[in-house]
Amino acid sequence: MSPKVDEKIGHVGEILTERQKKRGILIQALHEIQKEHNYLPEDVLRRLSKELGIPLSEVYSTASFYKQFYFNPRGRNIVRVCTGTACHVRGAAKVLERLEEAFNIKDGETTPDLSMTLETVGCIGCCGLAPVATVNEEVVGEVDAKKIEEIIETVKGNGAG
Amino acid sequence: MERLNTINELKALRERLKVEALRPDRPRARVCCGTACVASGSKRLVERFRDEASKAGVDLEIVKTGCQGFCQKGPVLRVEPANIFYQRTKPSDVPHILNYTILGNTPYRMSLYRDSILTEPIPVIDDIPYYKKQLRIALRNNGSIDPRNINHYIAVGGYSAIEKALATMSPDQVLEEVKKANLRGRGGAGFPAGRKWEHTKKAPGRIKLVLANGDEGDPGAFMDRAIMEGDPHSLLEGMMLCAYAIGAQYGIIYVRHEYPLAVENLSIAIKQAEELGLLGKNILGTDFSFTIDIREGAGAFVCGESTALVASVEGERGFPRPRPPRLSEPGGGPWGYPSNLNNIETYACVPPIIEKGADWFLSIGTKNSPGTKVFALTGKVKNTGLVEVPMGITLREIIFDIGGGIIGGKKFKAVQTGGPSGGCIPEEYLDMPVDFDSLTSVGSMMGSGGMVVMDEDTCMVDVAKFFLSFTQSESCGKCPPCRIGTYHMLEILNRITSGKGEDGDIERLEELGRKIIKGSLCGLGNSAPNPVLTTIRYFREEYEEHIYDKYCRAKVCSGLGVFRIDHEECFLCGLCKQACAFGAVKELRDRFYIDQDYCTKCKACYMACPIGAVKIEKQKREKVPASGTRQG
Repeated sequence: MSPKVDEKIGHVGEILTERQKKRGILIQALHEIQKEHNYLPEDVLRRLSKELGIPLSEVYSTASFYKQFYFNPRGRNIVRVCTGTACHVRGAAKVLERLEEAFNIKDGETTPDLSMTLETVGCIGCCGLAPVATVNEEVVGEVDAKKIEEIIETVKGNGAG
Repeated sequence: MERLNTINELKALRERLKVEALRPDRPRARVCCGTACVASGSKRLVERFRDEASKAGVDLEIVKTGCQGFCQKGPVLRVEPANIFYQRTKPSDVPHILNYTILGNTPYRMSLYRDSILTEPIPVIDDIPYYKKQLRIALRNNGSIDPRNINHYIAVGGYSAIEKALATMSPDQVLEEVKKANLRGRGGAGFPAGRKWEHTKKAPGRIKLVLANGDEGDPGAFMDRAIMEGDPHSLLEGMMLCAYAIGAQYGIIYVRHEYPLAVENLSIAIKQAEELGLLGKNILGTDFSFTIDIREGAGAFVCGESTALVASVEGERGFPRPRPPRLSEPGGGPWGYPSNLNNIETYACVPPIIEKGADWFLSIGTKNSPGTKVFALTGKVKNTGLVEVPMGITLREIIFDIGGGIIGGKKFKAVQTGGPSGGCIPEEYLDMPVDFDSLTSVGSMMGSGGMVVMDEDTCMVDVAKFFLSFTQSESCGKCPPCRIGTYHMLEILNRITSGKGEDGDIERLEELGRKIIKGSLCGLGNSAPNPVLTTIRYFREEYEEHIYDKYCRAKVCSGLGVFRIDHEECFLCGLCKQACAFGAVKELRDRFYIDQDYCTKCKACYMACPIGAVKIEKQKREKVPASGTRQG
């Protein structure tokens, strides 16, 4: 376990105690778990808590503080609508509304068949192309009525397959 | 890559790369591969260029650069040696560009930039109004080099500042130079970087850290992302200079998780610098040792606050901590080590200062705010993107000369600077020179440099509500003034925008705002009420209209106003009647009208009308129930 911790903490590990190192990689470890399972399953968190020697309550406290960690399974497709300032003044609310309507879920929810999760995000730094949405990792800029329908098509296509 | 063991080896490498890399005679396409241009399809463009060039047998060098700034017109690219700028390029334009520009050295007209369809196209980048007034220091290499190739950075003069510092300057001299240049923190508050460095340097303790704040959470700002993605080495060099000046050994860059490309490019840059021996032990054979690690956030706006960032680096909840101890003092930084924290853009400004001297930097900008600032110009302007301008430029120049004015010829209403911590600046201050102090004096702040332009179709109360709902949901919950106060303010704003505003609400907002500012622990709470307070200060009449007239002049808020069909304009299509879910649109033999008794002011008819014949009007200012005003 220890060499793995050292590798993750990086150079700064030289000046840290074992306990500080283990705590220091907690967020990275959570990111990795989420990457693998696409959410944070309870049993894996229990294992992590044992390995790092951090009480489960503390692990949960940290994980629940950050918005990007999820405790429930997420959809195969993740659509994020940017609701940053620039997108807001250029009509992000309407984009979100249309997507909510199309998939019959609200912001932050997942369709029952786990085909898609709809989320909002503070800002993805593409304000020049507002309003923006991301489909999985791909950024779609200047979303208009036509592009929304395209997004819906893509997601429905992916979700089935 | 071979490790460089002396300063002279770095010098020799640079001389060699100047000739070999980015040769001036070789045809070259610098294609923007920043996030925005990738979203508009620049990856396909690169592929097409590669295919077409090999088909035509041209030795074309394709440089995948970072953000070139003109995101609105993406994908953008520059073709050299003719130095012609193309925008909104499609893969089908590539063969033409190859034929005309690379083989024929003439511009390909169809993809050139035009101000409007009536004006002549502009082939050269420096003549385009968007770029004309810009001066690039922090973004100096953005858009011209490949961020994943350290050779490019060295060839354009990179790492020559650290070379100069290691060869000819003592740490104190570096510190003095930065202090003299009066480089102010680009992250928002504008605290002089040199003074911060000095505090950290003076702090007792052998081990010190250099932290870079890349948790760019402000919605509407993306300059740090552009630097981390497009010119990561300039950030590394800036941090190295800081470490050298203050005697630090370890560096940490804290990056938002929402910026995966930034993390990737930074990791590559660090790896390359380590291989060359520019990071690590005994850099260039001197006794200066410095390493850099990356830490990713996980989506918390408050982690951009210094003490919360420290907590997050340590792997804790991102709760701010009371100060003192400051970060620069023992016990303040991560794991208690004294640390210097600056914004990404601040570090990127350091190498040119060391290279060209403080006097050069002082000659740019205003007396109290020298240098340049990168703004993310967005919102209802024609040209959006990243602009770097000298301090002291007026807002009018930024919005109208560089930004090209408001979309659709609408009227300018306000510009919001500083993100959720800043405020809205009305038209009367458009000619004010922009620097740290002037923006603060009108109740806003520089912030990280987001600049969102709003036109007459934007409701200021709605904007204030938007920002407050952002800070309210991002409030970490540690201290009650921020947690409970913002909640209450938001409740009042929700009431106002849904037509249930009461007399005294404005005063309540002001009082709550003042108390939140005073009582909160960290910068988030200290500035959260700013958008509300400035909009009340400059647009009080809009609040009053919402409360007393139940009317939203921008027609954004639903549930306000009196709906009426203009019979002069109406051409009897009947869409409004179809749209109304409440049967409030009634049909007579020759006209439609809205029955106010049934109308819920949902705006469905207003949105449905294809010619704008449904009007939203002010309610009469009298104490009658809303349903009492009957109109035909």
